[in-house]
Amino acid sequence: MAVQEPPIKVNRLGLTRDDYKGRASTLCKGCGHDSISQRIISVAYDLNLDPTHLIKVSGIGCSSKTPAYFINQSHGFNGLHGRMPSMATGAVLANRTLTALGVSGDGDAMSIGLGQFIHMVRRNVPMVFIVENNGVYGLTKGQFSATADLDQELKYAGRNELPPIDVCHEALVADCGFIGRSFAGDPRQVEALLKAALSHRGTAILDIISPCVTFNDHDDSTKSYAYGKAHEQIISDFGFVAPQEEITVDYDPGTTADVTMHDGSHVRLRKLDEKHDPRNRDAAMRVLEEAHIKQEFITGLIYINEERPALTEIERLPATPLAFLPPEKTRPSREALAKVMQEL
Amino acid sequence: MGTSTQARPTAHDAFGSPVGVNNFSIIAATVNGSGSQTANNAIARALFKMGIPTTGKNLFPSNIQGLPTWYIIRISREGYIGRRENAEVLIAMNRATADEDISKVPSGGVVIYPTEWKLSESRDDVTYYALPVQQLAKASGASAKMLSYVANMAYVGALVTLLGIDINEIDAALMHHFGGKRKAVDLNMGVVKAAAEYCQQNITKRDPFKVERMNATAGKVLIDGNSAGGLGTCFGGFTFAAWYPITPSTSLVDALTDYAKELRVEPDGTHTYAIVQAEDEIAAIGMITGAGWAGARAMTSTSGPGISLMTEYAGLAYFTEIPVVIWDIMRMGPSTGLPTRVSQGDVLMVYFLGHGDTKQIVLLPSNMQECFACGWQSFDLAERLQTPVFVLSDLDLGMNTWMSDPLEYPDTPMDRGKVLSAAQLDAAKGFNRYEDVDGDGIGYRTVPGTESKYAAYFTRGSGHNKYAQYTERADEWEANLDRLHRKHEYARTIVPKPVIDEVAGATVGIIAYGSTDQSMPEARKFLADRGVKTSYMRIRALPTTAEIHDFIQRYPRLYVVENNYDGQMRKILQMEVPERAKDLVQISKCDGLPLSSEWIATSILKKESK
Repeated sequence: MAVQEPPIKVNRLGLTRDDYKGRASTLCKGCGHDSISQRIISVAYDLNLDPTHLIKVSGIGCSSKTPAYFINQSHGFNGLHGRMPSMATGAVLANRTLTALGVSGDGDAMSIGLGQFIHMVRRNVPMVFIVENNGVYGLTKGQFSATADLDQELKYAGRNELPPIDVCHEALVADCGFIGRSFAGDPRQVEALLKAALSHRGTAILDIISPCVTFNDHDDSTKSYAYGKAHEQIISDFGFVAPQEEITVDYDPGTTADVTMHDGSHVRLRKLDEKHDPRNRDAAMRVLEEAHIKQEFITGLIYINEERPALTEIERLPATPLAFLPPEKTRPSREALAKVMQEL
Repeated sequence: MGTSTQARPTAHDAFGSPVGVNNFSIIAATVNGSGSQTANNAIARALFKMGIPTTGKNLFPSNIQGLPTWYIIRISREGYIGRRENAEVLIAMNRATADEDISKVPSGGVVIYPTEWKLSESRDDVTYYALPVQQLAKASGASAKMLSYVANMAYVGALVTLLGIDINEIDAALMHHFGGKRKAVDLNMGVVKAAAEYCQQNITKRDPFKVERMNATAGKVLIDGNSAGGLGTCFGGFTFAAWYPITPSTSLVDALTDYAKELRVEPDGTHTYAIVQAEDEIAAIGMITGAGWAGARAMTSTSGPGISLMTEYAGLAYFTEIPVVIWDIMRMGPSTGLPTRVSQGDVLMVYFLGHGDTKQIVLLPSNMQECFACGWQSFDLAERLQTPVFVLSDLDLGMNTWMSDPLEYPDTPMDRGKVLSAAQLDAAKGFNRYEDVDGDGIGYRTVPGTESKYAAYFTRGSGHNKYAQYTERADEWEANLDRLHRKHEYARTIVPKPVIDEVAGATVGIIAYGSTDQSMPEARKFLADRGVKTSYMRIRALPTTAEIHDFIQRYPRLYVVENNYDGQMRKILQMEVPERAKDLVQISKCDGLPLSSEWIATSILKKESK
């Protein structure tokens, strides 16, 4: 009797996990960014994301190289330093059926790209925007970034005498409706946040502390694996329930609350009495302020609000993507021009 | 109004032609923000509707209210539209500039000024007419807030009587201006009529300037280049625009927005386009680059400082081969420069925009029809060539009112370029994004959302090979640049060819482009009258086409006429045709004004007389 090969596992689109893979990474061994890429691959597979309707966009830096390392069957655009948000804005307006996944870094998003970051959030461009945050410029060999903590020491740059810019804080001030912080060393939480973020109506910001093993993983670094593992404080517990999924686990009444996402999925918040309620903007602001003052490493879903319409909803776009409109829809008639000439 | 027996001698323009009936210029000197544009446009439109060839030029400051502004209306029975050095009829409404304005009136000219100034009429070679502007405005019953606006109508009324403008055409022009709002028109017309009557009763005409009905504007339209460009963009099937406000390009997007709302809305209320006001020019070009990459017909409009900010993305779009259209309505630089004055100063910068060996495609419209045509041709070229296409208009073309033949409907169907469908991809089982399959240097592309597992490729500004894979290999890098060069050479064969007017026996070739063309017919006639026969080539695009090279080879002496300090097009032509470099002579001027016919003609004549 022939040995039966175990069936290859496929998702609802008939794709294997391998179909969501990218090219081999060229980042340093152990880089937090590679771990995040793996989470993206798993989540895309689990959520049955159609790669032909996903775009991977990035700016410049180590983090921005990673879109080449996941989901080969999706179009990717590794653009300009700090200017990915504008490029993504144009792409999702050109084709409203696209799901945009942006990967940025702390230099790309918080230094050169802070302006575009804020305006992307202000416009509520529908996309997931991941900041792979390591507090250091890797490709240029170890300068401080704007998210480096006060009094940090780096071999290249010495002591950091300036306070950090907080990614989540900036997003909240700009009225972002989905803000999460996580740690590359906490794969379970990264995946949960990613799944929920991909279902969000507008811009979802994920600030993921992602240690730089080469320049900023030493013992007294606040962006190291060891520091993250020792100091991570999870402020909110939640689960993601996909639209088609049956809700099977029951919690005691009064201990959970569901936020219905734009695509019909749910974010189920748990243990509301004990922890931070991410539906409360004031509470989110307070939590971030306190963490900033005490230099605490808080993670989890910080803020969620599905009410603000996304840019693609405001723009009165037709059902057919702008990019695919036929000429008869985009070139007015000869008579229309004659009429304009009459009126001049 | 009586007619004096002591008429002054007839004035002549710089070309020696008598000025008088349907051949002179009016200059209105006013204060910015006082509403004088309504008055000036009404005069220009009324003259145009009287069948008289008319052009209007606004010389305005970078200011919202208070600084001096001038509006020049040229009336030319011959149909000349270029700027003249002199304006015979001065409407002096700005006390601050009056002395200098009056000193510039040519001998035999006219000065109309407010009686309230109690001006000493010190020149005896010009005719003064005092007009009780404030009194006429107050008599209209206009509110204190509206008073300064309607006061401008006093000079409109004065010209009705003094020049013989048909008052009904003024009424119709104001109806056009106020979108048919009779009440607003009546308030203004009250002052026009009162002023016209005042002049009839109190002023004796002592000058030769008059207008008479003609039939030279039938079938023509009045439009500005930014409106024509916006309209052309709309008919070009744009689906995405992003922009940041900057003078003098803002009115292009304003026109586009207005026309799109009229022409590009579906019955269900959805728009077949999106227009986003970006936070700066970097974001504007970033957005159109993303949109162009994703398959939209995407454009932006800006001016010199905005182009500077767009440089990095322009290089990225060039190298990643993404179609985008960028309008540069040129103004005077360097830096903030003279933001409301014209120049052709961005030619060199834009042609080479980007770091590394970048060569961009540049279109150079010269008139309203071409501003419109560039609106749609730019998209066809950008998508065919998979590259940015720049349209270099300027403030004079863009913001001034021009008489034009009606704009012509696109005569070719849209060219969306080499884009592969899902079916084509599935059949071929893949594609190589940057492979030169057809020998024209242009690869095939796909856009996101194409439902084939073979559709995706990775776009990057870093080194890539023909498979769109990252590479730092010397041979692959060079092969890619070679292909981009082939594409540029192919572009030479499909960009708009120059317009050439060859004259038998001419030994002089004149080369110009853009708004400078307006003064050429008159300048060439001046030269021909003095025995200098000229052939003329108007360049319409870069890179240079074979026709441009041939023309340059045919003439012993070539004058490159342009509105910038360094002679930028001349430098490009010298690079393109190095063996004729010393025969390409620079005729350039850069003072914030459109080049006048007189200046061009006399500058060339001076060189020819040597």
